[in-house]
Amino acid sequence: MPAAEAGPAGASRLLEGIGRASARGLAAVGFGATLLSDSVWWIARGRSHGQVVHAAPVFSEMMAVGIRALPIVTLLSATIGLMLALQGIYSLRQFGAEQQVVLGVALGITREFAPLITGILVAGRSGSALAARLGTMTISNEIDALRVMGVNPVRFLVVPSLLALLVMLPCLVLWSELVALAAAGVYVAGELGTTFGVYVQEVNRAVSAGDLGHGLAKTAIFAVLIALVGIVDGSAVKGGAEGVGRVTTNAVVHGITAIVFTDMLFVFATTR
Amino acid sequence: MIEVEDLVTHYGTRRILDTVSLRVRQGEIMVIMGGSGSGKSTLLRHLLALEKPTSGRISLLGNDITQMDEFELYALARKMGVAFQGGALFSSMTVGENVMLPLREHTKLDRGTMQIMMRLKLEIVNLAGFEQLMPSELSGGMIKRAAFARAIIMDPALLFCDEPSAGLDPVVSAALDELILRLRDALGMTIVVVTHELESAFRIADRITVLDRGRILATGTVDEIRGSTNPRIQNLLNRRFEEETLDPDAYLARLTGEGAPAR
Repeated sequence: MPAAEAGPAGASRLLEGIGRASARGLAAVGFGATLLSDSVWWIARGRSHGQVVHAAPVFSEMMAVGIRALPIVTLLSATIGLMLALQGIYSLRQFGAEQQVVLGVALGITREFAPLITGILVAGRSGSALAARLGTMTISNEIDALRVMGVNPVRFLVVPSLLALLVMLPCLVLWSELVALAAAGVYVAGELGTTFGVYVQEVNRAVSAGDLGHGLAKTAIFAVLIALVGIVDGSAVKGGAEGVGRVTTNAVVHGITAIVFTDMLFVFATTR
Repeated sequence: MIEVEDLVTHYGTRRILDTVSLRVRQGEIMVIMGGSGSGKSTLLRHLLALEKPTSGRISLLGNDITQMDEFELYALARKMGVAFQGGALFSSMTVGENVMLPLREHTKLDRGTMQIMMRLKLEIVNLAGFEQLMPSELSGGMIKRAAFARAIIMDPALLFCDEPSAGLDPVVSAALDELILRLRDALGMTIVVVTHELESAFRIADRITVLDRGRILATGTVDEIRGSTNPRIQNLLNRRFEEETLDPDAYLARLTGEGAPAR
């Protein structure tokens, strides 16, 4: 490893590496921001320039990123809900406060777990798919083909994915919250000897519109991040099929990292 | 139709094209020929406005594309068709949808009319009845023909073809050559073909431009190129390998890695 080399040459090489990586990262962030502003522009003004954002690709993307993710989102959400209930009751039992578990579970799911888990799942499913598609299209000249046909690639490829994720991710998160809360409720009601109806009432009392809003606002940011990371990574493809594999992996890693970091910043900014 | 003046382009710091000038007349088939690394693909990418040149002027249909903004280029693109080397068909769409895409994006025709036009073009390239297939279900030659159908769906004034016969067997390749000639004769298109296949170039070209190491060696009719006395053109035509004069010092430096870095 060059970084391990002693002496000024090794140190300067290490610095050079850090510098180059930072520049690349900054360039990627800049590219993402440009894509976002371009997308907004095309949605607003595309029609007047003969570049219409068609509805059909948006709906087919919505099917792919949203509806087809339902089974796995349902399964994971139910598992997470159940797990939270188990852990909640276990830890609260130490103080004899099992009755408070509903508050913890309800807030934990709506404010944190449902958005985060769904975001990570969709980043793994759709962010990677987006990167693979963009990567393959780039190496097979399909992006060039769009340009020479007079079709703006951002309007044609980026906007539908972005819109689909912006609509479907919050829907998935709402569904995930519902499933997780229900799964937790089944266990909590049984364990505490109450009924599911009582549990629902308690959840209603515990969760405010603000809590739901907190979760959904984060989700909207996650949606944009997943789309942009997938596209930025995908279009950075170099080489052939191997390159596509690499950008796909990158998209998942970068997407999840971006989601977790943004989540932390969002919580830091809004809850203190 | 096409005028290139003193085009200079760089890839990083490496000069790829060096003061290239070229004229293509209305209704002619111009073949741009050259070996690998001659810069012919780069020249094509600049003609398609996919790259920005260092200096020089490229005029298509009377418009200087180096000075045009994005929207002007999109408008111009409707009068151009491009058949890429690998076809560049969209793998998520059927052949028919691929061919119809420019119509769907640029016209307000109803679907029925678009389908008729699509079938007409597929008929021209001998792919009638294949519109429901996905590109992955086609052979290499069929993909190229489908790409041609997509390139001509808007009846462009200018058609660009990148290596139309590369990687195809002689019969399919001859059929594609026939197709290019037919498009010129029947529809009056101006056609630029980039290729390294000599046989195909001689069969279809009205004029040939030979590129070599980023410079134009010669432009002329098929006979003029055949009769050229330029040794590098003769090498290209006769598939002769040219021994480079060896500089022992440079060779040693390359081997030991002590020469100028290759980057």
